[in-house]
Amino acid sequence: MGDLILAGGSVLTANGTEEADVRIRDGLIAEIGPGLEGDETIDCHGAWVGPGLVDLHAHFREPGQEWKEDIESGSRAAAAGGYTAVFAMPNTEPAIDAGHVARFVSDRGAEVGVVEVVPVGAVTRGRAGKELAHLDELWAAGVRVFSDDGDVVADAGLLRQAMDYLAARGGVISQHAIDVGLSSGGFMHEGSVSSLLGIYGIPSAADDVIIARDIRLVEMTGARYHVQHLSTATAVGLIAAAKAKGLPVTAEVTPHHLAFDHTAAETTDPAYKMMPPLRSTDDRDALRRGLEDGTVDIVGTDHAPHAAHEKEVPWEHAPNGVLGLEWAAAAVNTFTDLDQAAFYDRLSVAPARIGQINGQGMLLAEGGPANLTVFDPTVEWAPSTTVSKSENSPYFGLPLRGKVVATVYRGRVTSRDGIPVD
Amino acid sequence: MNHFLTIDGLTADDLNGLLDDADEFVEVLHRPIPKVPALRGKTVATMFFEPSTRTKMSFEKAAKALSADTMSFSPGTSSLSKGESLKDTVLTVKAMGTDAMVVRHKATGAPWRIAEWIQQPVLNAGDGAHQHPTQALLDALTIRQHFGTLNGLKIGIVGDIRHSRVARSDIQAFATLGAEVTMVAPRTLLPVDSLDFRAAATEDLDEVLTDFDVVYVLRVQAERGGASVFPSLSEYTGRYGITKGRFARLKPEAIVLHPGPMNRGVEIEGAVADDPRALILDQVFNGVAVRMAVLFRLLGGEHHG
Repeated sequence: MGDLILAGGSVLTANGTEEADVRIRDGLIAEIGPGLEGDETIDCHGAWVGPGLVDLHAHFREPGQEWKEDIESGSRAAAAGGYTAVFAMPNTEPAIDAGHVARFVSDRGAEVGVVEVVPVGAVTRGRAGKELAHLDELWAAGVRVFSDDGDVVADAGLLRQAMDYLAARGGVISQHAIDVGLSSGGFMHEGSVSSLLGIYGIPSAADDVIIARDIRLVEMTGARYHVQHLSTATAVGLIAAAKAKGLPVTAEVTPHHLAFDHTAAETTDPAYKMMPPLRSTDDRDALRRGLEDGTVDIVGTDHAPHAAHEKEVPWEHAPNGVLGLEWAAAAVNTFTDLDQAAFYDRLSVAPARIGQINGQGMLLAEGGPANLTVFDPTVEWAPSTTVSKSENSPYFGLPLRGKVVATVYRGRVTSRDGIPVD
Repeated sequence: MNHFLTIDGLTADDLNGLLDDADEFVEVLHRPIPKVPALRGKTVATMFFEPSTRTKMSFEKAAKALSADTMSFSPGTSSLSKGESLKDTVLTVKAMGTDAMVVRHKATGAPWRIAEWIQQPVLNAGDGAHQHPTQALLDALTIRQHFGTLNGLKIGIVGDIRHSRVARSDIQAFATLGAEVTMVAPRTLLPVDSLDFRAAATEDLDEVLTDFDVVYVLRVQAERGGASVFPSLSEYTGRYGITKGRFARLKPEAIVLHPGPMNRGVEIEGAVADDPRALILDQVFNGVAVRMAVLFRLLGGEHHG
């Protein structure tokens, strides 16, 4: 493979941004400077060049639910969306609650070779919330992020044990923070829309009470704690307060919680059904501001494929979750005001740091790994297709600004203009 | 009008137009042979995914009085119990040759999904706790017959508004037709957020009872988890039941409505239900007429748009 040149983009290095060319050779950044020539050139004028995007929260459905997505199709969707690393959530069948399942996921990801697929380990065995998973085996298999995602770790005593175990090692608990009692039987945000539709609601407090409780456990155990898919303004405030105390707490927001609010659910189109639900306009705006000021550390897609027949049902019967990998970067750029450095921080540098993976989320430097994403923040477009196995996207037809020009993983171009390169 | 799914979005003229048509069908239903050939050759399928006897019979009677053929679907004996999806079920029935479907489903929005799938008129016969638009028409017709208009009337809707599709449709219809609507219920049975409801709300029935021209009594829906929303039925009856004592305090010309089926002795005392000012059986009769009006509007040819 000859030299690849990313020509004329705004290149993000430790010194800030500069217009330059980037030479990629043998999987590494060989040179950053003006007037470079090589065997293949990608025109990056007007675009941002930064570290490859890292998603701390996606569902690749393999093993066990391959009719929705698999590691190959998910990897291709990730590459199309500018990602070079994706954390795969453990709500698979079987759950990623033991070392051999984690190794299967990372090995299969390496075999596909389109993005780095990093398994997230379950906190409890079978994600059943009763006893700890094989945290020892998972740790030995390289797992650093633990979550029962899809379900909250409801038992505070059990969570405390997991935190005690992981605190000494530096592992992170990633919590699906939704209280069971307050949310059970609910199908959308409890508010004016659910009231008019006559659909049982999930109050914002369902998220807030778990986050407040867990922050207290962080104080007690010193464990690293990450809140998934923040959805309420109150939660943003709780995170800010925990950070002000110096606690090791981080938080994530999904692109759909930035893009939409609960009025999108008025049509009862299951393309807008997810957990936590789309909440009020004020909540949405607080999440946007939180991401901008850094209270919310990262964007996690919560890419959650479901087959068409599973979503072609009335709202209350539809499974939770929407696609996101292919449009997350554009949605963030459209609905928040982030400069190039902040954009790559929230979508790459910070998630790689929280997830504790090497070779990802690194500002560009000569000799560094060539995991890169070129993003043009000015392109206006509306998505209409997906490379996922599923089609449950709320973004089809939505005007977006900004598009992934190219993704480079280990020196190889894995997507161009939103289309995977095989 | 391609479908009849919700009261939301209809104007006073729309509603009065449908009620005017319904008045004509009331006249038809009083004829010796209560039947017109308007929809001869059309087939109306009643798809009641949630069990209901009275609404289904009312729609079937309405279709037959217009000379349409009817087909009916019951979930208990159908392929749904064999795992067939809702979409496949309605497409299968459509393939047998239907011109419209009347849909009841316990999930909010189901009639909208079905309308997308089958591309022919869908009548919402009740979805979840969301809408029951023909019920709102028959209630409005009953009130209009009695008072001549809804404009300026004070209407109290008493009971489980939170879980009631009847209340949601009625409030929109009554308010659009100029009535002043008050929701009366304990907090656990009022909408969580009533900001977008075109109605006032109170927990104190006795304070507002004497204002009302119409008292609309909702059924206590024990099957929708009554136990967790109020401590006891007797407490509910004591505070919100339309007893003989409360009935005696109403304005002398005030009327009482109930969508049925009634829980006598719970939300309404038997003697009140049987009083001539309780127009509950008029509502049932008018249900056939308004459903004829809607079916005719959707299937009856261009001159009705």
